[in-house]
Amino acid sequence: MIDRWLFIGIFVSIAAVFPLLPIVLARFLAPHNPNTIKLETYECGMETVGPTWVQFKIQYYIYALVFLIFDIETVFLFPWAVAFDAIPLFAVFEGVLFILILVGGLLYAWRKGALEWS
Amino acid sequence: MNFWENPIGFIGEAIADLMRSLHIGPEVINFVITLLSVVVVASFGLLLVIFLIWLERKVAARFQDRIGPNRAGPYGLLQTFADMVKLITKEDSIPEKADKLSFNIAPILSVVAVLLIWAVVPFAPAWIGTDLNVGVLYIAAVGSFGILSILMAGWSSNNKYALLGAFRAVAQLISYEVPMLITLLVPVLLARSMGMNDMVRDQSTWFIVLAPLAGIIFLVSSIAEIGRTPFDLIEAESEIVAGYHTEYTGMKFGLFFAAEFLHAFTVGVLFALLFLGGWRGPGAEQYQLLGVFYLMAKASIGYFIVMWVRSTLPRIRIDHMLALNWKFLTPASLAILIITAILEKAYGETSARIPALLIGNLAVVLVSWLVLRAASRKTKRERVTFKKRPVAKPA
Repeated sequence: MIDRWLFIGIFVSIAAVFPLLPIVLARFLAPHNPNTIKLETYECGMETVGPTWVQFKIQYYIYALVFLIFDIETVFLFPWAVAFDAIPLFAVFEGVLFILILVGGLLYAWRKGALEWS
Repeated sequence: MNFWENPIGFIGEAIADLMRSLHIGPEVINFVITLLSVVVVASFGLLLVIFLIWLERKVAARFQDRIGPNRAGPYGLLQTFADMVKLITKEDSIPEKADKLSFNIAPILSVVAVLLIWAVVPFAPAWIGTDLNVGVLYIAAVGSFGILSILMAGWSSNNKYALLGAFRAVAQLISYEVPMLITLLVPVLLARSMGMNDMVRDQSTWFIVLAPLAGIIFLVSSIAEIGRTPFDLIEAESEIVAGYHTEYTGMKFGLFFAAEFLHAFTVGVLFALLFLGGWRGPGAEQYQLLGVFYLMAKASIGYFIVMWVRSTLPRIRIDHMLALNWKFLTPASLAILIITAILEKAYGETSARIPALLIGNLAVVLVSWLVLRAASRKTKRERVTFKKRPVAKPA
């Protein structure tokens, strides 16, 4: 088992090296003469007004929250699906109940208007 | 071991024998072999991109009744190399106000995120990077790196268009991850395993037959996950210039580009593995190269659908896109999961498995169609009305 994860460990470092190569190559081959105007923020030729890193629309955050609930709940369902042969019928319905609670959460978010883009 | 039955295994054994004859310790041999297999898998993915970019341009051109690249090399095959040379020799400018560290890491991370998926792809019965017993979970986890890279790119550019693109990416990619994860559960449930190779071995009947709806939902949410038309709001060029990679130039832009193309094909590969039986086909168990051929042929089906959809449909609005996900795909995928679980427990071991599951899928399709029809009748469409204006009439 350790061997299998060793593969992933090596893979991460090698996979990072491959895209790094053309960037390093470009550093030697590409011209490099920056100036103030070139390094300005691109905004279709207009000068940018005000800071960019401002508070963003709250709606994005709410979607992220709803996602978080679903994501965590589905991860709990994976072991249930793998052990499907070993579990008795009542455990299958237990899982279904778990999904239905999830549906309840979705309906709640829906009724509360969390899924409306306003 | 016959060379033609398993060329890579043959060469690997030869290298291991050579090292053993040089009295190198078994741990070192193991490490070197692992390293070599990593390089083979990773470079296969990256070499594939070069071909895929050409293929996609050709196919997209055909859809638009053009010829596509045909100047550089035979059939324009060398076009991508020409593009690569151009991108490498372009100036790499980093905006002054950008967050330098994450600005530079983001394009690399986007490629790494896609390449990592290939670590668990079984190309053939014996050719798999590493057969993790939590393969599907690993794919879901690694897939999230891609979202992170887009968010990093958009945020660190310190550009309003880029930031808007990143926000949209958060809303879109995160949302579509939900139905994708739930539909991933269906093949896991049918195969009783999360290992990718176990899953392929279990598909004596392809899972697309047992769970057609899950396959379709998986494909749709995957298209959204790649950020392709009709879900390309994160880089909508008519609204926010180029989205999260507005400020990127040269090879760093090229890396985002390459990652997107590879991701599109990876979706095809995953679709083939989970629903179309992966490397399964006549003779694949014996001749490994045949297995690779079958997998690639099946992956092209999904890839072609992605390209087809891309050149057919226009971009949809952000509220429609989110509504499609949360109000249709997510409930539908939950329903199909419940139906599959119950039917699989009831008929899983009997011969009625296939018809029972098919009828279950059909029932979900029917119910959702009825619900959609009822919903569309309830909501009245707003019609744009104009004031009556005097019109010139013939005398």
